[in-house]
Amino acid sequence: MTISIDHLIWMYETMYKIRYYEDKMAEAYAEGKNPVFNIGAGPVPGEMHLATGQEPAAVGICVHLKKEDTVTSPHRPHHHAIAKGVNLNRMTAEIFGKVTGLGKGKGGHMHLFDPDVKFSCGGIVGAGIPHALGAALAAKKKGTDWVAVAFIGEGAANQGAFHESLNMAALWNLPLIVVIENNQYGISVPKSASTSVPSNDIRAVAYGIKGYYVKDNDPIEMYNVSKEAVERARKGEGPSIIEIETYRYLGHFQGDPEVYRDKNEVALLREKDPIVRMRQFLMKEHGIEEQRLIELENKARQEVEAAYQFARESDYPEPEDALKDLFV
Amino acid sequence: MIQAINEAMRQEMERDERVIVLGEDVGKNGGVFRATDGLLEQFGDCRVFDTPLAESGIIGTSIGLAVNGFRPIAEIQFLGFVYQAMDQLAAQAARLRFRSAGRFTCPIVVRSPYGGGVRTPELHSDALEALFAHSPGLKIVMPSNAFDAKGLLITAIRDEDPVLFLEPMKLYRALRMEVPNEPYEIPLGKARIVKEGEDVTIISWGATVPLVAKLAEEMTTQGIDAEVIDLRSLQPLDIDAIVRSVEKTGRVMIVHEAVKTNGFGAEIAALISERALFSLSAPIVRVTGYDTPYPVPSVEDEWLPNAARIVEGVQTLMRY
Repeated sequence: MTISIDHLIWMYETMYKIRYYEDKMAEAYAEGKNPVFNIGAGPVPGEMHLATGQEPAAVGICVHLKKEDTVTSPHRPHHHAIAKGVNLNRMTAEIFGKVTGLGKGKGGHMHLFDPDVKFSCGGIVGAGIPHALGAALAAKKKGTDWVAVAFIGEGAANQGAFHESLNMAALWNLPLIVVIENNQYGISVPKSASTSVPSNDIRAVAYGIKGYYVKDNDPIEMYNVSKEAVERARKGEGPSIIEIETYRYLGHFQGDPEVYRDKNEVALLREKDPIVRMRQFLMKEHGIEEQRLIELENKARQEVEAAYQFARESDYPEPEDALKDLFV
Repeated sequence: MIQAINEAMRQEMERDERVIVLGEDVGKNGGVFRATDGLLEQFGDCRVFDTPLAESGIIGTSIGLAVNGFRPIAEIQFLGFVYQAMDQLAAQAARLRFRSAGRFTCPIVVRSPYGGGVRTPELHSDALEALFAHSPGLKIVMPSNAFDAKGLLITAIRDEDPVLFLEPMKLYRALRMEVPNEPYEIPLGKARIVKEGEDVTIISWGATVPLVAKLAEEMTTQGIDAEVIDLRSLQPLDIDAIVRSVEKTGRVMIVHEAVKTNGFGAEIAALISERALFSLSAPIVRVTGYDTPYPVPSVEDEWLPNAARIVEGVQTLMRY
């Protein structure tokens, strides 16, 4: 399958932006939390789940989506939000708990909501799948060609909500695509100890739908299978499951001692980093000048820097705001 | 009452094409209690559809529909089945407006039959309103008669927030009353004074109201003038109506089917102690279910608040 150069460039710069964003977040999160880890200290208190290494899953499918398509995401949502086009300034302000945030600083990093690009996420594993199902049902009832994508981790594929939703999506032939980011661990438990099948695309058979598997965190292969899945969904050919073998370079949360894996594991993974691979691929296979990539990278960094500056300079909400927005 | 509920949904579906109905057996079967009878025939399977047995999925997909412009009415076949959907109701639907600071809203109605008295087993008889009163973000409506059921359900469907609408199963066909043909709204959070009185305030809601009202009338022959308050909704709660009455009577009884410990009666008692403690001339009496799972049919008439326990409670109050 040939891929347009525009798509390739977009995927590269978006992966780069996500990586830079998460690296900056790791730094911002660490402020004030050392030498003794204190989860409540610093400008970004609370849990922090970063997606460093998992960029291909987000860009490989979001490149095929439009504003009207729904995306739901779990507790590790930054890469999906950036790839879906969530306002970066307001997203960052939300994570910093500022009043200029997407949800006036009330949601935090696991609750980013942007109706402008139909993006939402949440901290309960698997809970977003039926929300995407409902969006897909709404799209069908309205007679549109919009699709809904539910991003989940491989751990969520063992939740009841996964099976309930896929059964209904298949039964009603809905434009739902469940993207399973298999980052190998549910916090500390390896997939082999939690999941009865070697890969979750096999489970598609149980619902009579299409299942795809993407090996080795490959953005190009993710692009290809996602293209097919999204096109099928738009044409009314029903739901799909895509499982991508991906890697999280960092702990489940920032501060995770990672006693469950060998220290060398991540070093080996970083040697085959998808962003580095994609950069080389663009230069070697598509003759993109390195200077052009450097310019894209500079632009992405500037955008991220501006978002962090916006967040840091914004005000905190008033204490009484914490009691508002419960009912209309 | 079941006709009034059916009519409320039918009229709202006629008025607003965004209103849709989903749940187990709500389509051709018209609901196991026939609440959705005839809706499929009138509105078609795009707007009235059966779901698989998947309570979490029913509420979850309703959230997705609501966020995308529909106004779903989801039926949970018996309230005891709602445990399957606790996350989607209490952790998702209830919190969507709050955690997004109003950018995502969730105008869904979850209808469910609740309560006992018809010889059904546990999980088919449970009164679980207190679980949801402890889940900020959900409105809880519990009608006690056909007129209120229609008006409150119409209001609930038009509400911009998630509403749990709990229908007393034993009242579905128990009492007949005239209900206006035209649609009308009854505001949430406005209690109904069923009977005015001077001596004792009896607070109740949903399934137990008709019994309390009947007993209050009978007590007048014994010289006891009870005031009966039907709360209609627990969230929002008409605490002002309660306080006004307590200030007048100085004696309070709370009657509900749900188990006693941490039941909603405990919250009302606490609010009265905050707002009207010095108006009380007697300890507050609660007549409720017992602290067990719902019992077997042979003892349910004793387990539920019954005439003997309510009358005895009032007599205790009147001794002060």
